[in-house]
Amino acid sequence: MQSMNQINSGDTAWVLVSAVLVLLMTPALGFFYGGMVRRKNVLGVLMQCMACLSLVSVLWGIYGYSLAFSKGNWLFGGFDAVMLKGVGAAPNGDYAATIPQAAFMIFQCMFAVITPAVIVGAYAERVKFSAFLLFTVLWLTFVYCPIAHMAWGVGGLFRSWGILDFAGGTVVEINCGIAGLVTALYLGRRIGISHPSLHNIPFVVLGASLLWFGWNGFNAGSALACNAVAVNAFVTTNMAAGAAVVSWAALEWILTGKPTIFGSVTGAIAGLVAITPAAGFVDFTGALIIGCVVSVLSFFAVGILKQKFKYDDSLDAFGVHAVGGFWGMFATGILATKAVNAAGSNGLLLGNGVQLLIQIKCALITIAYCAGVTWIICNVVNRIIPMRVTAGEEIIGLDLSQHHERAYTILD
Amino acid sequence: MKLVIAIIQPHRLEEVKKELYAAEVNLITVTEVLGHGRQIGVDEFYRGVRETGNLLRKVRLEIAVNENFVEPTIKAIIKGARTGKIGDGKIFVLDLPRCIRIRTSEEGAPAIG
Repeated sequence: MQSMNQINSGDTAWVLVSAVLVLLMTPALGFFYGGMVRRKNVLGVLMQCMACLSLVSVLWGIYGYSLAFSKGNWLFGGFDAVMLKGVGAAPNGDYAATIPQAAFMIFQCMFAVITPAVIVGAYAERVKFSAFLLFTVLWLTFVYCPIAHMAWGVGGLFRSWGILDFAGGTVVEINCGIAGLVTALYLGRRIGISHPSLHNIPFVVLGASLLWFGWNGFNAGSALACNAVAVNAFVTTNMAAGAAVVSWAALEWILTGKPTIFGSVTGAIAGLVAITPAAGFVDFTGALIIGCVVSVLSFFAVGILKQKFKYDDSLDAFGVHAVGGFWGMFATGILATKAVNAAGSNGLLLGNGVQLLIQIKCALITIAYCAGVTWIICNVVNRIIPMRVTAGEEIIGLDLSQHHERAYTILD
Repeated sequence: MKLVIAIIQPHRLEEVKKELYAAEVNLITVTEVLGHGRQIGVDEFYRGVRETGNLLRKVRLEIAVNENFVEPTIKAIIKGARTGKIGDGKIFVLDLPRCIRIRTSEEGAPAIG
């Protein structure tokens, strides 16, 4: 443990600002998703995102942070920091030597909040609220915390192998995307969905724009200091998102005749997802390549793969987050350069093919672990509370059936 | 000529449209309405205050047809909209004295089709 004298106020300020930027991403996700569902379900989605923000925050302080980041074995952290014991003004040199550990904890809290919130997009419009709460608690405990520990925690499996995952390509993106696919398959298709049924595209654009805004804190904040690596992460994040919008819109223009705003913002999210593991390890050129390519992959996943295999990943948690996250991990292994981050590693293009193997290995283990444990959690939850609402409740909509509220009126 | 007005459940609209097209009834007007028959609505709560919301969202179809299309239209709506539960809706068939196509000023049977 280092002395408090080494706390750097600039670093601390940047991490706190980043934490609040990431906080905004969960309500933003609520609007992004909320616009994509039918209007009888918009409050249900907003409520699920609000539940993640509030419930996961509390659980993170009680035991989540400890399970993910205190000393433990290769899979789990320990219980040393339960109730945030010892997590205060003193820095933890293993993670961030120049900021109070409590600042690191609250920054990481926002990551734990948004990851289960992304899964909401996969089972939207048909999950029972009480079952969703139980699922979220179990998933945070048995999937998020272990994967976060393996990638970032002291003694974690991926960390000991030398994974390059700057802001959560495995922990956040592949994790929530795979969990989304599993829950979508487990719950089955929604009733009466035969065509896209967005009810408010301006909400989708509002949400996506705020996600982009917050994502610069998500990635640049992951430097955990106000330094050149943070600046590089900010630049690569913003540019990759821009490149992904351009390539998604161009793809639509070529294949369907017109570029759309819904496609453009989907491209932005895909680009942000893909740059997440890479942000602090690649340069501007790398960011452009990552952004341009991810749109092609995600476009294929949501437009062709989903239609062909008929899984009802309502709002494309898998097609955007798992596909984009895997590409980001893979691309980091190819494009990483020590020129932007001495603490990182070179990728395949600079002659270090081993890094690519590490990236793929970590991504595949994340997929296997997340899919298996998420499947078990679905089965356990379903035994206690049926995860899916009844057909009648689904037809009335989650707003009225789960929350006794209505989003819009027709008459005054 | 008859005017067929049907009040159906919103989630049956796609099925009803499919059945109407199958019966070669292609010209329909759809509006969103609120209403209730014998079906009971869901109570709503706003900051703890109960509001008994007995008006439910419904979809209203208006279809103008020539005589030989009346029965096929009714059958198609029933086939598409029926779930067997309270709240499936109603069909009203009204006499239609005149029908004029604005573009051509045609009147009567040719104007309907």
